[in-house]
Amino acid sequence: MSLLEVRNLRVEFPTRRGILVALDDVSFSIAPGEVLGVVGESGAGKSMTGAAIIGLLEPPGRIAGGQILLNGRRIDNLRYDEMRRIRGREIGAIFQDPLTTLNPLYTVGRQLVETITTHLPLNPAQAQARAIEWLERVGIPVAAQRIDSYPHEFSGGMRQRVVIALALCAEPKLIVADEPTTALDVSIQAQVIALLKGLARDQGTAMMLVTHDMGVIAEAADRVAVMYAGRIVEIGPVREVVKHARHPYSAGLMASIPPMDRRVDKLAAIEGSMPRLSAIPQGCAYNPRCPKIFTRCVVDRPDLIPAGTTEAACWLYAPGAPHRG
Amino acid sequence: MFAFVVSRILQAVPVMLVVSFISFAMFAYVGDPVSIMLGQDFTEAQREALVKSLGLDRPFFVQFMTFLGNAVQGEFGLSYRLSRPVAELIGERAPATLELALCAAFIAMAVGVPMGVYTGLYRNSWLSRFFLTFSLIGVSLPTFLIGILLILTFAVWLGWLPSFGRGEVRQVGFWATGLLTVSGLKALILPAVTLGLFQLTLIMRLVRAEMLEVMRTDYIKFARARGLSDRAINFGHALKNTLVPVITIAGLQLGAIIAFAIVTETVFQWPGMGLLFIQSVGAADIPVMAAYLMLIALVFVVINLIVDLLYYAVDPRLRTGKH
Amino acid sequence: MRAFFDSDIWWSFTRSWVTMGSAIVAFICVAGAIAAPLLAPHNPFDLASLELMDAFKPPSWAAEGDRVYPLGTDDQGRDMLSAIMYGARVSLLVGFSATLFATVLGVSMGLLAGYLGGAVDAALMRIADIQLTFPSILVALLIDGIVRAAVPREVHDQIALFVVILAIGVSEWPKFARTVRGSTLVERNKEYVLAARVIGLGRFKIMVQHVLPNVLGPVLVIGTLNLALAILAEATLSFLGVGVPPTQPSLGTLIRIGNDFLFSGEWWITIFPGVALIIMVLSVNLLGDWLRDALNPKLR
Repeated sequence: MSLLEVRNLRVEFPTRRGILVALDDVSFSIAPGEVLGVVGESGAGKSMTGAAIIGLLEPPGRIAGGQILLNGRRIDNLRYDEMRRIRGREIGAIFQDPLTTLNPLYTVGRQLVETITTHLPLNPAQAQARAIEWLERVGIPVAAQRIDSYPHEFSGGMRQRVVIALALCAEPKLIVADEPTTALDVSIQAQVIALLKGLARDQGTAMMLVTHDMGVIAEAADRVAVMYAGRIVEIGPVREVVKHARHPYSAGLMASIPPMDRRVDKLAAIEGSMPRLSAIPQGCAYNPRCPKIFTRCVVDRPDLIPAGTTEAACWLYAPGAPHRG
Repeated sequence: MFAFVVSRILQAVPVMLVVSFISFAMFAYVGDPVSIMLGQDFTEAQREALVKSLGLDRPFFVQFMTFLGNAVQGEFGLSYRLSRPVAELIGERAPATLELALCAAFIAMAVGVPMGVYTGLYRNSWLSRFFLTFSLIGVSLPTFLIGILLILTFAVWLGWLPSFGRGEVRQVGFWATGLLTVSGLKALILPAVTLGLFQLTLIMRLVRAEMLEVMRTDYIKFARARGLSDRAINFGHALKNTLVPVITIAGLQLGAIIAFAIVTETVFQWPGMGLLFIQSVGAADIPVMAAYLMLIALVFVVINLIVDLLYYAVDPRLRTGKH
Repeated sequence: MRAFFDSDIWWSFTRSWVTMGSAIVAFICVAGAIAAPLLAPHNPFDLASLELMDAFKPPSWAAEGDRVYPLGTDDQGRDMLSAIMYGARVSLLVGFSATLFATVLGVSMGLLAGYLGGAVDAALMRIADIQLTFPSILVALLIDGIVRAAVPREVHDQIALFVVILAIGVSEWPKFARTVRGSTLVERNKEYVLAARVIGLGRFKIMVQHVLPNVLGPVLVIGTLNLALAILAEATLSFLGVGVPPTQPSLGTLIRIGNDFLFSGEWWITIFPGVALIIMVLSVNLLGDWLRDALNPKLR
């Protein structure tokens, strides 16, 4: 049974100009211990999906349809205090900027101990010891002393490690990591990703890794979902999506990554830009930019269709399509 | 830490110098103290004698230095209007103003901060809306009008509280306090409320605005994502982060209260420094104006310094000099 | 024009009846004040038209009231309603002028400080900081006091109005200056300024034509809220007796005069001008609040 299952999730934003649909019929699942990468351009809905899962959608956004199940139990319709118990203990979260994620006025130790004692039945002394353990585990040297340091006394990479410790210290089964390395130096990124991956493996924690950086995905994810305009357009094992992307958008994404092994004169890019939420085209949202467009694309919206080793939301893979990609 | 204090003190020096210069300039160039003191009929000889005794024939810079030297010792000469030493006048009136100001500040903080926190956390309750409406009216009312309305209600119509004066005062050492007598306390209520009301509404709005800002930060979001209880988030994290900037403003409010005491003392005929100042402005009594100015500047500078130190003590980011 | 009515600002304006109401009230106040000579039922300054017999009449709905004087009369037989209208005129005049003065002075200083930087910036901001240590009412009092002492009485009465405007204006400029300086610093590093410099436009031209329009947004909000403060400041100064001259009474002056009669029971002489003042300032504050929320990009 999957750990997390998202079925037909729909997130809406009522505005004075009408209702904007930020997530439209999003479905996927994450198995225990699995790392699912979620990629896409800014505004595609990746962060919104994460926020919906942990129940922290910014109002007036709200879940307007679909279900989110954790271990078979619905969590999208829970009351605030019920969801609060799940947050931290069963689902952990990591956000992008470690400087603003940590309260500057409290020591790192206090924030850790607070989280630990909220969820686990440990007394303060035990919690303190556990906090030091966690700092060591995420690779902070001299943890026993650093526990009394303030967030601004750490470097960027160290800070994110503290954030990781905070997210994992209540031992959740699932982590939602939203752009965990984007704010860090490139040289630190690899270390942090390796740390995250290692810890997840050790604890058996599943992870939803949201990012726009394909390199991170290739490094850390087992499966990957590509999002576009609030929908998932392709989902499948990482190697398959990267090497043999089926959906024209994913193919375009992968092709735009400059190759390491040969020179190119021109960087490949996809023409046009992602539509605004208020102006999503009829039929398949990608059709204005798609090089393989045909009649059906402007009429009907495709769901995810099995396409070889992955699933792609593209009419090319429906039975009876004119050409194969 | 020590360096911090020293640097702040050094920054305060130019302020004091500028203020003393303005005060002195008032003395030197505004009006003619000699004719004011001598009146209409005087002989040239008398005039010259007075000029010499006042040191007005010395060069500008020397006069300024003398002025500064005297000022530091609290010597400001005689009031033009009352012909008494200025220092004595101010010394007599200072306790009245200080008691009033401290009471008003206490009221403003003790009521304003909780109201601000409440309206920040529970934005849509009817109590919040009531507080906000109340604060909006409070900000639109000038202090003197509040005083008049209060006098009208409580002194004229209801007759519960006195409308002027300090009531009975007891002498505690050199300090004449009204806090130890019933009539003194009764006389303190209306002026303190009047003085504190404006500041109360300002503090409330400030705390609320700060609270709303804080509740939208990433670290609060992260605290929620970690499943911390509402109590821990609201009163542990949010409150502490809100109060840090509030400290500065609250400290400055004390300064504003001392300044607005001028108005309140006028309305209630409260025998404090503010009333003295206004009477001096009306009578062009330069020595008192100058002395009051310098005293107020000193008070403000000291308040600013204390607030800076408090900030330093509360916000760990300042201690390492980063961020 | 179309775009304005279609915009978010207009929408949020019409959504709140409080804001619309206060705008209407403010408009009525301003119109009534400006047109006082035409609209007021009596002329309180025409000594010939005053009837001392009519002095101390309570408002028209009270027992001894008279319909000729809707809000009662004061100790000299002046009609309160007319006095209030003329008084509001003076209050608004001083308030607007002082705010305008503060805005122009503050924006120019802020622009210069932010754009030219260096010594100019340091000097101007030092002055602003020193001034900001003190509450503005104190600064205004000081300026008024100095002028009053420096100038003989008759001359002072003539220029008193300007002195008050100057005093309040000077006491408020630092707020504008600081905000505009901050925005200017941000704008100065933007590409359009760089482009203008590359073309060879002079510094002042760049400041005024290019940077200024972009930093004016918050100025509008501060200006509106400052208008309320300026009106209150003038009222306070006049109440204390150091504001506008007695020949041109503002609402603050009226309140002061009326205060003397509070204990003998003629409450209306001080209360009605007070209510008028509150209404004016309240509506300006409400408009300023709405403006601030409407123009705040973070809250949209």
